[in-house]
Parts: sequence; C-alpha cells; structure tokens
Amino acid sequence: MAGGVPRTHGRQHLRRRPLGTWDWQLFLQDTGGGETYLQWMMSAWGWTLSVAVLALVLALAIGSLMGILRTAPSALLVAIGNCWTELFRNIPLLVQIFLWYHVLPSIFLVLRDVPSFVLVVFALGCFTSARISEQVKAGIQSLPRGQRYAGLAMGLTLPQTYRYVLLPMAFRIVIPPLTSESMNIIKNSSVAFAVSIAELTMFAMQASEETSRFEEIFIPVTALYFISAFAINRIAQVIEKRLRIPGQIGGK
Amino acid sequence: MKKSLIAVAVVVAASAATAQTTDTLKKIKDSGSITLGTRESSGALAYTLGDGKYVGFHTEMAEHVVADLSKQLGTKIAIKYQPVTSQNRIPLVQNGTVDLECGSTTNNTARQKDVAFAVTTYVEEVRIAVKANSGITSVAQLAGKKVATTTGTTSVQTLRKHERATNVNFEEVFGKDHADAFLLLESGRADAFVMDGQILAGNISKSKNPADYKIVGEVLSVEPIACMLRKGDTAFQTAVNDSIKGMIKSGELAKLYDKWFMQPIPPSNTKVGLPLSDATKAAWANPNDKPMEEYAKK
Repeated sequence: MAGGVPRTHGRQHLRRRPLGTWDWQLFLQDTGGGETYLQWMMSAWGWTLSVAVLALVLALAIGSLMGILRTAPSALLVAIGNCWTELFRNIPLLVQIFLWYHVLPSIFLVLRDVPSFVLVVFALGCFTSARISEQVKAGIQSLPRGQRYAGLAMGLTLPQTYRYVLLPMAFRIVIPPLTSESMNIIKNSSVAFAVSIAELTMFAMQASEETSRFEEIFIPVTALYFISAFAINRIAQVIEKRLRIPGQIGGK
Repeated sequence: MKKSLIAVAVVVAASAATAQTTDTLKKIKDSGSITLGTRESSGALAYTLGDGKYVGFHTEMAEHVVADLSKQLGTKIAIKYQPVTSQNRIPLVQNGTVDLECGSTTNNTARQKDVAFAVTTYVEEVRIAVKANSGITSVAQLAGKKVATTTGTTSVQTLRKHERATNVNFEEVFGKDHADAFLLLESGRADAFVMDGQILAGNISKSKNPADYKIVGEVLSVEPIACMLRKGDTAFQTAVNDSIKGMIKSGELAKLYDKWFMQPIPPSNTKVGLPLSDATKAAWANPNDKPMEEYAKK
C-alpha cells in the first residue's frame, strides 16, 4: 500500500479506491497471448464497430424495402412487409441471436459453416430492420396523399413516383429517428459477446476478470461506446444539414 | 495548509472506518449473525436450489465454520446468505456487506492486494472435455480445432498462454456462461471445452448422455480455491482457518468432499464423479494460503 495510508473501507458504500491506487499500467501488460490489454481493447472496439456498421447497412437496406412495401397499393406486398416487421419486432434481441446461432444451423445444416460474425450481423440487422421499416413507413405515410397522385398524374410509374417524389421527402423526415436507431445498433452490438464475438463487452468481462481491476477496464470501455455512438450522431447531423431543403420540413 | 488538513481528516476517517470494519468477530457477536457470500452456480462447490436455499461443498463447509465460530463466541449465530457474482464478490467483501465468501474464488496475487484468503480447501484443475468418439486425448491434438471456453473465466487466459507456449494453434469460441459453452461442444460448434475439472464433470453428468463425453489430457493449470475474507482481520482469519484445519484433521472435510463430488446430489440426483485430486490432497496435508502464482512456479 502506497505511503502507508490505510485503504478506505466505506461501510455502506461500494469500495472507493483513491485515484492514486488506480493501476492504469495494466493496459501495457501482456495478456499472455503476445499483445497488450490496450491492443486487445482496440481490436475489440474494431469488432464492435464492424458488427454495428455492417448490421446497420443491412438494417437500412431491408428496413427501407419493408417500409416501402408496407405503403404499396398491393395487399400482398403490405402483408409481406407487415409479417417481416412483426416477426423481428416481437422477439427479444438476445433470443434472436441464439436462434440464428444455435437453432437455425441445427435445422439448415449449411449455416453451420457460416462464421458466427455473419450470423450476428444478420441477427442484429434483421432485428433493427423491423424498427427501421416502421419509421420509413411512418415517414411515407406522413406525406400528403396528393403527392403520390401528383406523381402518378404526371405520368410517372409507381416505382418512379417513389424514387423521385415520395422517398426523397420521406427519408429527410425520418433522419432523426434513424439516427437514434443507428446509435442503438452500436449499443445493441454488445449482445454479440453471447456468441463468441470478441467485442468490447466481452473484452470488459474477460479482462476485468483476468486483472481484477474493474474500474480501469470498464471506464475506457464505457468511453469507447460513448464515442462510437456519439460519432454516429454527429455524422447523422451533418447528413441532415446537407440534405436540408429550404421551405420543407426541417429546412429553413 | 488546507490540503494537509484534508489529508489528515481523510487518514483519520479512513482508519476509523477500518477499525470499525476489520473486527469481524466482534461484529458477528454483536449482531448475532454472519453474512455468508455464496454462488448461484459454481458446480458442486456452491450452488442454489432456488427459494433462497444454498448448498454445495464449500457452502456446507462454511456452515461448519460458522458453527465453530458460534462455539468460540459462545452465542448462536444466524447465517445470512448473500449470493455474489465474480464481478461484485471482492467489493462486497471489502465494504463489509459480506463477512465470509465461500464459493469458487481463486486465490491469486492480484486479489491478495484487496482481500485475504482462508487456507486452500479445493484445488481446481483446468482440463479438456471432448466427445468420447473424437479421438482427442491431449492439447497437441487440438491443432486446427475449435476450442470452447467461458467468457469471464481464467481458463480463457490459460488457453491463450498455452497456445502461445506450445505453438498449437486452435480457434477459440466463447460461451456466455458454462451452459452455453457446453452447448457449443454438444452441438458440434466446438471440438473441445476447456474449463475447471469440476464444472466439466458437472456439465457432463447433467447432459443427455454422459457417456458421450470424456475429460482428457494434461492439467492445463491449477488454481487454489479458498474462502475469501477482509484483509487485515487476523483474528477472524485465524478462527476460520482453525475451524477448517479441524475439519481436515477430523476427516470431516473428506466426508463433505465425498458427499458433494462422489455421491448423487440435488436437484437432479446425478453424481459429479470427480475423485479427490492429488493437488487437493496436498493442500489439505499442508494447509496454506499460497496464491495461484506459487503453484505455477514448481
């Protein structure tokens, strides 16, 4: 114990270690595998971002498609969009991850050879796509009906009406909820540890057990999650500003 | 000037707080109760049957220790069970919530900076479980295979060190908990499961078909498991140690071991079937609180 000062034992509180006894050097220690805890944490951050970003791309693609289908004039397309959304919206994320990882591969044997990283991206992407589908649908429905009719009356086909009239407006309207969803996906990527992805949460649990230093591990991990989600928030704001059209919703 | 005043105040407050909490025996006598830290699922060492019932080799041993403490203090002591996790067990012992933690805590030098340990009562051996028909019998045969282990355990580190030292490259897959990790082996997602011997034995005994699995290969690491208590409370530590040493001498501890590891145990009435290891025998023959690092040296 440094300087002979007795360590404080708070009787009613969790232990409070004086700042001076924090051991930040543990990040330079070898993990036993030829890399330091710092290197390991950075690689874990990389896994977190990879899972999140790939899942986000997938979620935006499928979510937009399903959202559009749900506003189409065909009952069949609406039903497909609704089924997809309700299926992935009503099952907890952790359960979905296990379904993709343990249950589906035992039914479809081909999936056994698919890396767990891909399965997690699909699980997280599909889960989030249901939420994005809901937002895209709401965005399109918030537009006045006349817009659709005006597009069709001009001689545009229905896909063209979506492409040139409805979607450019609807997507601008739903940028704020999409931003929240994109930030959520960073945070939700932490469940990937459950199927052996070496991401930040797993690093935090494993490294804190190995070093018995919880604060020193969890504080930087928390900061990295914050930085990641906040960066997405800032990027989305830039996009929102760039796309703003004067005189329209959100524009000046 | 101000700074030094604050420093003095902090030191006084700190020593007052320390004096208050380190006399566990007095605290137990005054309150007529002891808070026993226990685990909800640490194999046969400590686990719960639900409904606030806690059992297991270390749990029952701790109950004997408390009985001895009541004799020594001349008063009846009630046991309050407090389930702990690997994340909160050390802070809870340090801040006085838990007086004695008997679960599956490994005694190592990092932890000895924060807490004290009673004498080692169980020596865990990290082993390899495989499917009986896999033909795998040693670490060397794990080259190119998938090896499962559980996130948040020291076995992950053991595996990593072994891989580096022996140049046997394998792919690590991680279960969220022991049941998940065993499922990886069961479902063929992993070829081996590396974990504490008693956890392997316990999972195998509870599996659909225990004969399908085998524990094989060399001991990858040994870890002394001991009850944990606050640092600097020598009187309490001595009392706990005396009680445990008494149980070793009388053969009581061996009886408890037989009860929890060799006989059918609740809730499923299956046997763990893990005979007393030489390492545990050695720890009993010469009771000590040496940390894990000293075991690795020899």
